[in-house]
Amino acid sequence: MTEAVIKIEQLCKEYITDAGTVPVLHDVSFNVMPGEFVAIMGPSGSGKSTFMNILGCLDVASSGSYYLNGRDVGQQSRDELAQLRNHVIGFVFQGFNLLPRANLEENVALPLIYRGISRSERLQQACVMLEKVGLGKYHHSRPNQISGGQQQRVAIARALVNQPKLLLADEPTGNLDTHTSQEIMELFNELNKRDGITIVLITHEHDIAAYAHRLVRLADGRVVYDGPVENDPYLHSSYLQAGSAT
Amino acid sequence: MMLAMLSEAWMAMWANRLRTILTMLGMVIGVAAVILMLAVGQGAQQQVQESIASMGSNLFIILSGSTTSGGLRMGGGAAPTLTLGDAQGIEELPLVTAVAPSAPGTAQLVYGPNNWSTQVIGTTPSYLAVRDWRLASGMPFTDSDIRSATRVALLGQTVAQSLFGDEDPVDKTIRIKNSPYLVLGVLAGKGQSLDGRDQDDTVLVPVTTAQRKLFGSQFAGTVRFIMTQAESAEAMPQVEKSITELLRQRHRIREGADNDFSVRNLTAMANTAADTTKVMSLMLGAIASISLLVGGIGIMNIMLVSVTERTREIGIRMAIGARGKDILLQFLLEAIIISVIGCLIGVLLGVGGAYAVSGATGMMVVVTISSIITAFVVAAGVGIFFGWYPARKASILRPIDALRFQ
Repeated sequence: MTEAVIKIEQLCKEYITDAGTVPVLHDVSFNVMPGEFVAIMGPSGSGKSTFMNILGCLDVASSGSYYLNGRDVGQQSRDELAQLRNHVIGFVFQGFNLLPRANLEENVALPLIYRGISRSERLQQACVMLEKVGLGKYHHSRPNQISGGQQQRVAIARALVNQPKLLLADEPTGNLDTHTSQEIMELFNELNKRDGITIVLITHEHDIAAYAHRLVRLADGRVVYDGPVENDPYLHSSYLQAGSAT
Repeated sequence: MMLAMLSEAWMAMWANRLRTILTMLGMVIGVAAVILMLAVGQGAQQQVQESIASMGSNLFIILSGSTTSGGLRMGGGAAPTLTLGDAQGIEELPLVTAVAPSAPGTAQLVYGPNNWSTQVIGTTPSYLAVRDWRLASGMPFTDSDIRSATRVALLGQTVAQSLFGDEDPVDKTIRIKNSPYLVLGVLAGKGQSLDGRDQDDTVLVPVTTAQRKLFGSQFAGTVRFIMTQAESAEAMPQVEKSITELLRQRHRIREGADNDFSVRNLTAMANTAADTTKVMSLMLGAIASISLLVGGIGIMNIMLVSVTERTREIGIRMAIGARGKDILLQFLLEAIIISVIGCLIGVLLGVGGAYAVSGATGMMVVVTISSIITAFVVAAGVGIFFGWYPARKASILRPIDALRFQ
């Protein structure tokens, strides 16, 4: 049996605030096998963003275990976590998070800097990635000169430039119109099918989640559904409506 | 890796050009001030040293003592106690290289339609050696001129200018107190002495001529002072002692009685002057260093603002795999680039400023390589020191906090 990309057991996360301890995630257990395409849904406050940050090694769990690509994330030093983020994970944000003063090529090449790859090779790989997401002509534009959909494509190119095993996307279509959202999802679909990249994304729109093969629903920090998208029991419930308010 | 970080740092600085330039300005001014102040201070020091050298080195001046007549005490040099014989005696002492007995006075000089009142010193040929004085033209007088008390003279530059203008004074005859004197030569220019007197406003004649023909002292054969040069600075204490012993003996001064002469060490005075300027230039340097420090704090301030402002960028970089030390390096490099470029400009400005000051005021300035290197090392150090804290602050941010920062 192949090893799981993500193996999470009884993961808990709580925030300590002035008002006391606020639990966000309870006892979440969650596995993702290579090549899977998983959508995570849930109303706001369900803990899905926190969950995503923990998956992306940006935040750490309070308890429980998380194995990423066979490595125990809880045991890694700061530098090792940075290396995991660089080598194993590609992260796509809702707000694109591109560096405004760098051109598209430089933005895409950014993760390669932290691998010590030479400038010419960095830019060459960046070109290949931009080509792949359909922005071959825009190498030297700035992020503010292109549309939101194009910016998200650049962000995806940046996430892919290190050849990650796992692509994490936190509401990647949240800032985009329906048509552009569909284009971005087609791109994810293609990456999953053609290149076999494992994808986990957060969304609150069901038609976005429909691109995935598997759906995980979170509510109040617990997994309430984990199964095929088609069988989603909450599809028409009020839960979904609450989620769209995020 | 380093190269990539450099270009990242450069990009960030370029994006905030005005701010970068203003930050740099603090550094520029600090470095320029240090270099300028050191140049001025060292110039002053060198000027003092040159004045000391122009006076002659390892010098004693032996003055005849004071007299008391009718309860009125006259100053040093008033009593005619020193003689040419004393000078000859001193010359025979060990470790003494040259002795110049001197009988100065003031006289009116005339050449053609011009006249000039100046100091005339009756002395011996070794006066030139003692004072380390060269001739610009002509010949010095000789021992035979001393023996026969001939009417010959050497003119200082100022005197030559005043009497002759552009004419060559050598072999011309001038009148001193209405007697004709043949000008044998013109002394090279010496400039001002430490106390600001014009050393070139003087005329030298043979000491015997001065005694017998020019000033006609009532105590024949006496001189006002004797200049003596010791072999080396180390020999000076011993020479001073043996001069005192010799003169007490020659003047038959009883045990316990006061000297009727005084021996002064001119080098000691000069050293005091040199020390004073040294302290002054150190102080100038210290004041300038404060501006360098202020420049450094300016860098720290801007880097702190920059870290806060770019927290989100730091978050993005961390999210895609930057380690703490990558972030540290990036911000530290920015601080170092600012301070090193600021320093380069400061060096140019400081050196240029130093020469401008010297051109405008005639003040002597000395720009040394060591002061430039010092300024450079200090500037780079300031960059690292003041850049470290903000860079470290950036590098220990938690990625999630940095990303959430608005």
